Formats: sequence, structure tokens, C-alpha cells
Amino acid sequence: MNHLLWLVPASPLMGATILGLCGTMLPARAAAIIGTASVGIAAFIAILIGLHWYAAAPPSHILIQHLWTWLTLPGLTVDISLYLDPVALLMMLVITIIGTLIHLFSTAYMAGEAGYSRYFAYLNLFVAAMLLLILASDLLVLFVGWEGVGVCSYLLVGFWFQDAANGYAARKSFIVTRIADIAMLAGILLLAVKLGTLSIQPMLARATELWPHGGAWPTLAAGLLLIGGLGKSAQFPFQTWLPDAMAGPTPVSALIHAATMVTAGVYLVVRLHVLYLLAPDVLLAISIGAGITILLAALAALVQSDIKRVLAYSTISQIGYMFLALGVGAWSAGMFHFLTHAVFKALLFLSAGAIAMRLDHEQDIFKMGGLRTSLPLAFWSFLIGAASLAAVPIISAGSFSKEMILGAVWFAPGIGPGLWAAGLLGALITATYSFRVVFLVFFGPAHTPVTGRSGAPIAVPLVLLAAGSLLIGWLETPSFLGGDRLVMTLLHPVLGSPAPRSALAILVEAAGYIVPLLGIAIAYTLYRNGHWQRVAAAEPGALRRLLRTGFGFDALYEALLVRPFMALVRALRHDPVDHVVTLISAATLQLHHTLRRSQIGQIRRYAAWLMAGSIATIALLVFA
Amino acid sequence: MILAWLLIIPLLGGLLAWPADRITPMLPRAISLATLLLELGLILPLVHGSGAAILSAPSPITSGRWLATFDASWIPTLGISIRLDLDGLSWLLIVLTTIIGLFAVIVSWREIDHSTGFFHANLLWSLAGSIGVFLALDLFLFFFFWEVMLVPMYFIIAIWGHEHRRRAAIKFFLFTQGSGLLMLLSILALAFLHQRQTGVLTFDYVTLLASQPTGRLGTLIMLGFFIAFLVKLPSFPVHIWLPDTHTEAPTAGSVILASILLKTAGYGLMRFAVPLFTAAAHHIAPIAMALGTISIFYGAILAYGQSDLKKLVAYSSISHMGFVLIGIYSFNALAWQGAVILMIAHGVSTGALFITVGSIQHRLHTRDLTRMGGLWTDLPRLSSFGTFFVVASMGLPGLGNFVGEFLILRGVYAVSPTIAILAAIGLIPAALYSLIAIQRAFHGEANAKRGTHDFGTRETAMMLALGAAVIWLGIDPQPVLKIAAPSIAVLLPITHAAAIPATRRGT
Repeated sequence: MNHLLWLVPASPLMGATILGLCGTMLPARAAAIIGTASVGIAAFIAILIGLHWYAAAPPSHILIQHLWTWLTLPGLTVDISLYLDPVALLMMLVITIIGTLIHLFSTAYMAGEAGYSRYFAYLNLFVAAMLLLILASDLLVLFVGWEGVGVCSYLLVGFWFQDAANGYAARKSFIVTRIADIAMLAGILLLAVKLGTLSIQPMLARATELWPHGGAWPTLAAGLLLIGGLGKSAQFPFQTWLPDAMAGPTPVSALIHAATMVTAGVYLVVRLHVLYLLAPDVLLAISIGAGITILLAALAALVQSDIKRVLAYSTISQIGYMFLALGVGAWSAGMFHFLTHAVFKALLFLSAGAIAMRLDHEQDIFKMGGLRTSLPLAFWSFLIGAASLAAVPIISAGSFSKEMILGAVWFAPGIGPGLWAAGLLGALITATYSFRVVFLVFFGPAHTPVTGRSGAPIAVPLVLLAAGSLLIGWLETPSFLGGDRLVMTLLHPVLGSPAPRSALAILVEAAGYIVPLLGIAIAYTLYRNGHWQRVAAAEPGALRRLLRTGFGFDALYEALLVRPFMALVRALRHDPVDHVVTLISAATLQLHHTLRRSQIGQIRRYAAWLMAGSIATIALLVFA
Repeated sequence: MILAWLLIIPLLGGLLAWPADRITPMLPRAISLATLLLELGLILPLVHGSGAAILSAPSPITSGRWLATFDASWIPTLGISIRLDLDGLSWLLIVLTTIIGLFAVIVSWREIDHSTGFFHANLLWSLAGSIGVFLALDLFLFFFFWEVMLVPMYFIIAIWGHEHRRRAAIKFFLFTQGSGLLMLLSILALAFLHQRQTGVLTFDYVTLLASQPTGRLGTLIMLGFFIAFLVKLPSFPVHIWLPDTHTEAPTAGSVILASILLKTAGYGLMRFAVPLFTAAAHHIAPIAMALGTISIFYGAILAYGQSDLKKLVAYSSISHMGFVLIGIYSFNALAWQGAVILMIAHGVSTGALFITVGSIQHRLHTRDLTRMGGLWTDLPRLSSFGTFFVVASMGLPGLGNFVGEFLILRGVYAVSPTIAILAAIGLIPAALYSLIAIQRAFHGEANAKRGTHDFGTRETAMMLALGAAVIWLGIDPQPVLKIAAPSIAVLLPITHAAAIPATRRGT
């Protein structure tokens, strides 16, 4: 079964190729089948490989499949090989399974849209690129997938291209991430020149061999790559693109801008964690940046009125938790949160999509309300997702993973308790804003009439993801709930085992369980009938306005980057160099006209000039 | 002799095509197509069989490296001969020339409807000139072909161009001809210098390689070549002929200009300006690098500001060629490989972009971006191909241009990290102008129903072929790298050896 690994990225790629080349000739139903089946096949193979792995892991827990040599030159050899280790296996399973469910959901969600087959072509291409990113054995090939998912994200955010605002959001997402990617490219160049290879495992081995702990080169390389990761994962200070990226179709937001692509930064750091261990300063920067991101995004989520923007900010904040874990070296905890987050955030977005479908694409939570009875499936799935996001103890997956991160952060030397407090405060706000949405959308009086009905392609993904959001946390339980360590055991060969917990952790754990409940209580008190919130939203104060714009980063970047660039463009638009040359030719012409005017054939004019010249000459001779 | 045929066939084809339109306007098109197919049939087999063996064994510049050679006396008293040599680098560029030439014929199938005979004659002669440039190893002969390539192009622009074609054609002619004269002066100076050193008057490239003039005189002579190639590349600040020329040229003219003629400059730098004057080339490298970096940004920023789609693509070429310039003057083998790949990939992707712009103009009768928008609604096929090639030229990894850019950056980084990082930052404005072009042309609301037809079979097939080439270059560039490697191995070590003063090599 393992030799079929190549089919995992190849199958969606083939789907994208078929749909891209002859999608317009196919009936919508065929496009839907090809699009979904190609990812379904990838998921099927991934599951088989996973089961095989569970039964008998390959030697040293690594599976390599060499495909072809991309380029080989003196000083640089890049192989296109697939490298599957436990971390990649986990990512691969999440991407293909959730990807299949979201494709299935899309078949109904996008029904009747113009460009139906184009949508599935892009989405398939995205899955292929994401899988290449995950499975690449070489950093440059990873970069191919990295940019590939970026372009697919651009194409899908701007899918409804008639609206210029969507185009703007799409460009913004691509440009912001590309700025970060240039730093990543610089890091790749640095590693290629200093270590002589970009093949990840030999490169990491050489880094540990050549570079001292905390040296300048590993710090620089890790820092540059981190910037790329922060850009892709929409972390501070690159977070601004993600809320706007919600302009894309909702299933796209679920797959790309929540479950998979935006976690690529986390994956990058985990994949290269050996390098990051050599750069403690960078790790410190990661955890501080993560603390800032968690709080900024959570506060911004608290005041959004568009349901998708709430979820977008929550994604930024939740990925912040993953980075928080990475910053303190709790790699497995970060990956575990990635897993639970992928499931519950996909569920939340799909529920939001299911609601929007029935409300004529209304996304303003203040125009919803009372949907608990009219949309029971959406209600229950959103509630389960929100519980997981809020980390309601025991019953939700999110609680297990968030608990694990907070526990690890507490024990981090130095600023551990400070970061833990930030994480805990973040958890409080998270619970509040999650249930703010629940209360505003599903309780209180109804505001918009519900139309249409949802079929199986909507229901099946929601039910499965809801089940996942309830149960997947039990893969990895704290000691008082049985102490299962399935994820840890899987990841252990790559990431090592986390430090054992000490006695004080009980208090820390308790705080982690109580705070989400407190947040929900606050939400209940404030938003139960949504009245106070509605008044405040209608006349926002200065603080609310600041929070709503995500702390004004857009305006800041507008002033610092966009306006200077546009001024430069305006100044240069007509090619000043060309002007200089045009001036020379104009001057020559002018001279020509002036001189020609002197040649007009009048004898007395010539005589006058002759006279003037003679006088001037004599004057010169006399006086000089 | 086969090399002589490579030149004779398109020249003869042109002569045949000229009067053929008296019979039917279709005939010159068919003749051009047949000529270029024949040419392709001749050139393609040259890397197989004995060629493959030669490529795999690098050897000194004077001997067995050549896939094919041709040497005939021309003006013996002046030491001028018809010396043609084909190595991997020339082979790649000639194949590019022939294939792009084929596409130029196909795009002109409908677009050019008056004096088709003279048009196709000029087209074939211009191609013959470029093939001669890629083959000639006698400096005088090289100059001759350099001119042969330009004059027919002048006619193509001046006769079949758009509104301001005369002005553009004259600008094109003045710039390229003026810089060509500088190069002629340098060629003569080099030959006379060599005569003074050895008593033999010759224009033979391999012999003159040993001359290696140094000091101020060496720099002056080198500058003649350098400036001529810089104009042709083009690089800031001598780029200004390019946007006008591209804008006014008919589609086939733009395609040949961007995909082939610009590449003669990169080739000239690699074959002549650097190996003939290694010390002087090293001397001028910082300036060349600076000009290259400025070109990358200048071209990209100006591209963003254009509202004429064709001008936008033209300025983007300046930006891309900036990469080639810094790559060449890093004197690094990886960067040179990158420059070769980027030249080929740029030839394909920008050629495709000009074909797209030409198709848009053919349908909407405008190149003005403010009058486009929403083309995807009316012309989905054209728009998706357009988007694909914009994304390719933006340097999306997995496509050909990225391989070139990455290898250049990797090579330059080893020499000067600052320049490499600056150039990499230049990829940000590249994304800006690429995406704004997609937005303004293809996306947005279709303001009026245009009732025009999408790409037909002929155009779709053409785009598919070009697209496949870009993808192939992107995922499996190794064959190209392998073919170019011996040439680069030979052109570069001389550079390093001669950088040490007083190194002289016998021939």
C-alpha cells in the first residue's frame, strides 16, 4: 500500500487537470463527481497507509518515495521525493479527509454557480499543492507547494470575480503572504549556500553538526523562515489578510483559511524543529508573538458582526495557540491542537455556510437570531463546534488540546507563567466571543426568514465533523481521564516525548477548565437576548471601532506601504528616462526650427548679420 | 554544412514567400510554416546520437565541444570567415527561435492580411538573422547577422504596426543601430589590437579569446559590446525603445522581439562580452549588477502603472531581464544556468502573453485596460490561459520562470547576498503588477456584452503547447540544464583564469 503514496497528491492533481482542461464541456454533476472523487481517492489511500502504519510502522518511522530528480547541478541537487513521517502522516490524513468532506459539502453549496467546474479545479489543485507541501522531502519542493497553495487561495478568494472587492481581498491575501514568502526565500537561499543542500533531513543534520546552539546563522535562517510561516498562518504582524480572505466561498474558508493552508506555518516550524532548537531567540520571539496574536485576534473577534469574520479572527487566535506551543518546544501539543482545530473549525465554517445558504447568504449575526428551532442541524453542529472552540471541558476536543498547550506553557522556563496567563485570558475571551455568536444567531427573536432545504451533501459532512469535534480529543487524554497518548505515541519518533507533568499542574489544569465556563457565563449574561449588543453595534465607540478594524493594522500598512508605493508608481508612470530622451529630440527639433528661420533668403537680413559679425570681430580684436 | 543549411533555409524561404502572395495570400503563410518545420527537423536531431556524447564530455573551447561546425573562407585578406559553430547553448536558443517563429507565423495567420508575402519574408529573415547570431563565431559575421536580424524587424514594425508605428520603428532602429555601431567599433578595435599583438588580422572568435585586452583600453572595447547588449536586453536606462516598440509592433513582431531578439543580448553577454574581456567584465560587474537590480524594480513599478496591457507586459520584460543581467555578472555557474532557463522560460511565457494581448486587441480593438475588465465572463478560455501565463511570468514555483529565477538568486547569493535579497524583494512588485493585470483585464464586472468569440481550436492548441512547455521547464528542467552545462563550463572557467592578470592562453 505504501508504494501508492504518490497517488495521494497525484490524484487531486489529475482531478484539477481534467477539470481545468475540459471542465466547461462536462455537466455539473460530472464535475462534482470528478472533483470529490479525486480527493476521496487520496483520502482512501491515506487512510490505508495510516492503518498500515498503525499495524506496522516502517523502519525508523519514515517512508520515502523518490519520484524524479528535479535538478542536479554542482552545488545544488533537488529531488522530487515524498517523505512521510508521523507528522506528515497526521497532516495528510487531516487534509485528505476534511478535504473530501468539504468537497462533498461544496457540491451542494456551489450548485448553480457559474464556474462550477472551475471551482472544483481550483479546490483540487489546492489539495494537491497542500499535500506536496506536506510530503516534500526538499525545502525547495515544499516551497513549490507553499506558493501553489497561495495561488489557489488567491484564485478561490477571488472566485466571484465580478465583484471588485473580492479581487481586492484576493490580491491582498496573496501580496501580504508573498512579502513574507520573500523572507522565506531568503532563508532558503541562506540554507542552500551555507549548508549545501535543501533536502530537509540531511540539511538539518548538517545544521546541528556545523552550527552552534544559539549561533547567528541558525537564528537568521530560522527567523527568515519563520517570517514566511507567520505570513502564511496570518500571525502578527501579517494577520491582516485573513479576515478579508473571507470574501471567498464559505467551503473555501473552511478548507483553506481554517483547517489546512493557514496551519502551514505551524507545520514548517515543526518540520524544521531541529533548526529552531538551535535558535532559542527565535523560539522566544515565536512565543511572545503568539501571545500578542492570541489576544489581538480574540479581542477583534469579540466585536465583529459578520459571522465569517468572527471565525477568521478565531482562526488567527487559535493558530496563535499552536505557535505558543511551538515557542516553548511543545511540538506535539501544537500538532494535537492543529488536529482538533482543523476538525472543529471546518465544522464551524461549514455550519456558517449551511446557515448562510438558508438565509439568502446573509452573514451578519445581528440579522440572524432564533435559528435554533428552524435550523436544528446547523444549530447543533455550530454549538458543538463553538464548544470545542471555547474549550468546554471534557465534552469538546478543543479542551483537550488547549489544556495540553497551556500545561506545557506553564512549565516553560522564564516567561512561562506570563505566557500562560496570556493564553488563559485568551481562552476566556474565546469562550465569550464563541458563545456570543451562538446566543445571537440561535436564540432570541428571528430576523431573517429561512428558505430552502439542505440535502445529504450538507448533512453528512456536518454530522461527521461534529462527531469528530466531540470525540477526537479522546485520542490524547489527561491522566485523570485514562491518560491515552495515541497522538503522542504516533509523533514520538519525530518530536520526542514531552516533559512529564509535575504536581502543581493540577491547579493549572483546573484554571484551564474553569475559565471557558466563565467565558460562556459572561456571554450568556451579556448577549442572551442580544439587546445591549445591538445598541452598541449601531453606535460604536472609539474602542469598539478600533477593535472592529483589527487594531487598525490595515490603516497603518496603507500609510506605510501602499501609499508610498502608489506615489512612486504615479511619479514614474510615464517613464522619466523616456522623457529625458524625448526632451533631447525636442531640443534638437527646436534648434532646427530656430536655425532654419535664419535661412529665409533675404539679402538685407544676411547683410545685417554679416555687418554685425564683422563689428563683433573687430570689437574683439580691438578690446581683447 | 548542416549549419549553413540552418541559415540558407529561412533565407530562401523568405525569398520564396515574398512573391508568393501574388498567387494567393495563403501561400506565404504555408511557405513560412513549411520552412520553419523543416528548420526544426534539422536542428532537433543535433543533440542526439553523437551530439549526446559530446555534451556529456566537456572539453576545451577550441575542440570537440561543438555539436556541429562549419568554416568557409569569406574575405581572407581581412581575416573574415564564415565560421559557424553549434554548442548546447546555441542549440537551445535556436530551438527556441524556431519554435517561437512557428507561433509567430500561426498568430499572423489572421492578423496580417495585407502584403503577406513581404511580411513573411521579413519574418523569416529576421529569424535567420537571430539564428546566425546564435551560430556565428566570427565577430564580423556576428555583427553582420546582428544587423540582418534588425532591419526586417524594422519593416515589420513600420509597415504592419499599430497607430504610432513609424515613430516606434524609428526609435527602435536608432537605439539598436546606434548601439550596434558601437559594437562594430569595438569589434574593429579588438581585431586591430590583436593584429598589433600578433601580426595576424583576424575576426575569429576563438583566436581573439586569447587577446584579452586589459586596462583602460580593454574596458573601452568591452563597453562597446556591453552597451550594445544592454540596449538590446534591455536594461535601465537604455530600455526606452522597448515599451514603444512592443506596443506598436504587430503581435508576431512583439512575440519575436520579446522571445528571441532580447535573448540575443543575453547570449551576446555570455558568449562575447564576458569571455572576450574577462578582466574588464569583472571590473564592470558591480555596475552591471546595479543596473540589473534597478531594472528589476524600475520595470516592475512602471509595469504596475501602465494602462496599456501591451506596455505592461513590455515593462515586465525589463524586470525579468534584470534577473538575467545580475545572473550573468555574478560569474556563477548556477546563476548562468538560471539565466539560460529564465531566457527560455521568459521567451515562452512572455511570447504567450503577447499572443494573448494580441488576441484581446483583435477582438476588442483596444489594448486599454480601462476598457477591459470582466473578460472572463465573455472569453473564459482566453482569460484562463492569460491568467496562467501571468502567474507563470510572476515566477510561480513549479513553472519554468521560477527555476530560472531561483537558480539566479542562488548563484548570486553565493557572490553577493545583498544583491540577491534585493532582487528577491523585486518579486513583490512582480506580484503586484501581475495581479493588477489579471484584475483589470479578466476580472471585474463585464461592463458591456461584447458578443465576441473565445479562443478557437488554432489559438487553444497554440496556448496548450506553450503552457505545456512552461510546465515542462518547471518540473523537469534537467535536460535543458544538461545541454547548457558544457557551454557554461567552457565560457565560465576562462573568466576565472583570466581574471588573474597576465594569464595568456594559446589557441
